[in-house]
Amino acid sequence: MPNPSRLWREIPQRYRLEAGRCQNCGYIAFPPRLVCPRCQSRAFETVRLADAGKIITYTVIRVPPQPFADQAPYALGIVELDDGVRLMGQVVDCGFEDLKIGQRVKVEFRKLYEEGAAGVIHYGYKFVPE
Amino acid sequence: MRDVAVIGVGMIKWGELWEKSLRDMIVEAGLLALDDAGIDRVDSIVVGCMSSGLFNGQEHIDSLVADYLGQVPVPAARVESACASGGLALRTGFAQVASGLADVVLVGGVEKMTDVSGSEATYALGTAADQEYESFHGATFPGLYALMACAHMEKYGTTRKQLAMVAVKNHDNGSMNPHAQYPFKICVDAVLESVMVADPLRILDCSPITDGAAALVICPLEMAKRLKKPLVKITASTMATDAIALSGRREITWIESAYQAAKKAYEMAGKQPQDMHVIEVHDCFTIAEIMVMEAIGLVEKGQGGPAVEAGLTSLGGKYPVNTSGGLKSKGHPVGATGVAQAIEIVKQLREEAGPRQVKGAKLGLTQNMGGSGGSSVVHIFERG
Amino acid sequence: MVGIIGYGACIPRNRIKVEEIAKVWGADAPSYRKGLLVEEKSVPSPDQDTITLSVEASKNALKRARIDPREIGAVYVGSESHPYAVKPTGTVVAEALGATPDVHTADLEFACKAGTEGMFLAQGLVKAGEVKYALAVGADTSQGAPGDALEYTAAAGAAAYIFGRDAVVAECLETYSFTTDTPDFWRREYQYYPEHGGRFTGEPAYFKHIMGAARGIMGKTGAVPADFQYVIFHQPNGKFPFRVGEMLGFKKPQIEPGWLVNKLGNTYSGSSPIGLTATLDIAKPGDKILLVSYGSGAGSDAFIFNVTPRIDEVRDLAPKTRYLLEKDPVYLDYGTYAKFRRKIRKAE
Repeated sequence: MPNPSRLWREIPQRYRLEAGRCQNCGYIAFPPRLVCPRCQSRAFETVRLADAGKIITYTVIRVPPQPFADQAPYALGIVELDDGVRLMGQVVDCGFEDLKIGQRVKVEFRKLYEEGAAGVIHYGYKFVPE
Repeated sequence: MRDVAVIGVGMIKWGELWEKSLRDMIVEAGLLALDDAGIDRVDSIVVGCMSSGLFNGQEHIDSLVADYLGQVPVPAARVESACASGGLALRTGFAQVASGLADVVLVGGVEKMTDVSGSEATYALGTAADQEYESFHGATFPGLYALMACAHMEKYGTTRKQLAMVAVKNHDNGSMNPHAQYPFKICVDAVLESVMVADPLRILDCSPITDGAAALVICPLEMAKRLKKPLVKITASTMATDAIALSGRREITWIESAYQAAKKAYEMAGKQPQDMHVIEVHDCFTIAEIMVMEAIGLVEKGQGGPAVEAGLTSLGGKYPVNTSGGLKSKGHPVGATGVAQAIEIVKQLREEAGPRQVKGAKLGLTQNMGGSGGSSVVHIFERG
Repeated sequence: MVGIIGYGACIPRNRIKVEEIAKVWGADAPSYRKGLLVEEKSVPSPDQDTITLSVEASKNALKRARIDPREIGAVYVGSESHPYAVKPTGTVVAEALGATPDVHTADLEFACKAGTEGMFLAQGLVKAGEVKYALAVGADTSQGAPGDALEYTAAAGAAAYIFGRDAVVAECLETYSFTTDTPDFWRREYQYYPEHGGRFTGEPAYFKHIMGAARGIMGKTGAVPADFQYVIFHQPNGKFPFRVGEMLGFKKPQIEPGWLVNKLGNTYSGSSPIGLTATLDIAKPGDKILLVSYGSGAGSDAFIFNVTPRIDEVRDLAPKTRYLLEKDPVYLDYGTYAKFRRKIRKAE
């Protein structure tokens, strides 16, 4: 099982959606980076992402990877938040037949998976219909 | 830079090869390539393999392959670019020959995927994605392509049937390939009724889990001429990267890395898309073939679906794509795929493709891709 | 003035009806409905637990409080279903809100009153001047043993309160706590489901302690039931709150706004705290509210709040509780409910 250090390191992003805004061109990198992929600048300031946006594509995962073995089927989408940043996450509390491109969603704190009966619990963001 | 030629190819039958281990397969393919080339010793070995660590608990396979092929102490390298590992191995070998660093290079690709459970294999393949921002959320390889398919269908009107026709065409071709994992035909209805994996992609839209290996021997063109074999030159070897996460791409309905690598390849070879007689692309999923067709310039953006439906890419069509059967019918032992694509083109240019032969094929292109498009490797081959 | 500066709730969307549970166990649904005055209860999705519900309720409280989370000096989460036996819920909540690292955190446990325990402590710390703001959450995703009476009511939900000075929406005028050692309901370590003393959970437990705390706080302040616009009691079922209210001299209209158990079920540590959020959603400036929780084991915490004009400014900054309760519920069958609540034994 992976060391808890890997989960812990991503907490500011997974719990608070902390990103880095390039002070040169304004590009918002999520997760934060050291080099801007647009202008190669290295100066960033910490910002928090918007908490709502729209679905730009989605699917329903029916054959899950190991950590999600007993969760399938679940909906996964790419959401473009109101600040322009795109990120991937599960879409929950929504019937699969109701999923559509352009649907408004908001960010919610949910459990992602547990590392078995004795391992750590991974938390992070998912999306729910607005 | 010296010109580079392919002088030997070696391919084993792909499938669920319970009796063959990782090292068995790569050695078998390697020996076939060396025999085809009429060569005993090489100057360098490059092996593409995505994840012998996760699939087999074995790293350090550069040493393993050189050892078991009886080639120690030659220099060897294992390269990885997810599903583009094989193509990258060829590019790495090409660079060694072109630069003069080595004369004869054995380029191999291998993956032994059936020693782990299906869900462990799905996990291993998922490491081609962004682990912390895609896989962490439950993304799978089919899931990533399903996201691309959903958007492509919405934007361009690509239909479920058009996707299915890619699989049908590739099986038609693969049924004539003795090395294919699934050498049989399928029909559109079979695809449309097969079990859903990640909406809208069904199991028959997806390349399978496969054990397999493939190898090539390359050398400077001048040396190849002396060997009096049919000459197949590698006239372009390019690679391009893109954001690893699908959410980081500028357009999720377009494979920029394939576009960039192909563009540079055409420049390097001094050719255009229309000049290609036979093409092997990375159809890890049916939608991938459609999107790559667009990115490498065979059709206009968004028009891949209708082109497949019209038969443009069938064996008798204007641009025969995946005459080998593609990843779908031939199989997809990840690290070996890129090498097998090259072997198919070489065979076509040597007129050794049997019932799959494209008449008069002189120019061929391969496109090998990693993850959801984070990397693409393109090669152009020309009959000498 | 010390009191609540922000409040919020989180209720899962899934529900299961009493009929659906009764059907599986061959019980008489109408008599359960009538006897418990409960129609349905909330069910957490597999990706919701006490931690996630606490975070979402706290975010709603923050929206109403409109403070910098870094100024929260204490975070207390009370529950009887903390996801870890050892590793705090409070630290995850504090991180998610951005209150870390200069913050005191503790997880609390006292059956259904763990939420108000946190409120009791939060209020005290702010009043003593030890911290500027303190967050208290009551949250649970409790289990009822299959086929047991408690299965009809054990539900999931969370309520969060941020206490502070001056810019309060409800000033806390008084607190009171009434505690004895009374083993009416318990769960031993490593047991999956709780045990209870049947009818013993009534008069010597729930009624004795709620009345003890209510009379205690009213005695201390000289207040009488008629002084209160609203009262919220712990809601283990639909009947007990009205009965204890009647015994104390309260009337139905005082109890109804905070009475959600018929549609929500018993959210344990969230029960009376969620009831208070629903009451604050409709309360007017000048209203006096009495809150009396109950936790088995046993004890009751009582609070008297005085609503200020600021309630009108912040009420609409986060979703109202009845809106959360009524918005698009998803009804589950027993099989899905059992799967969600991990009542089905799976392969190791």
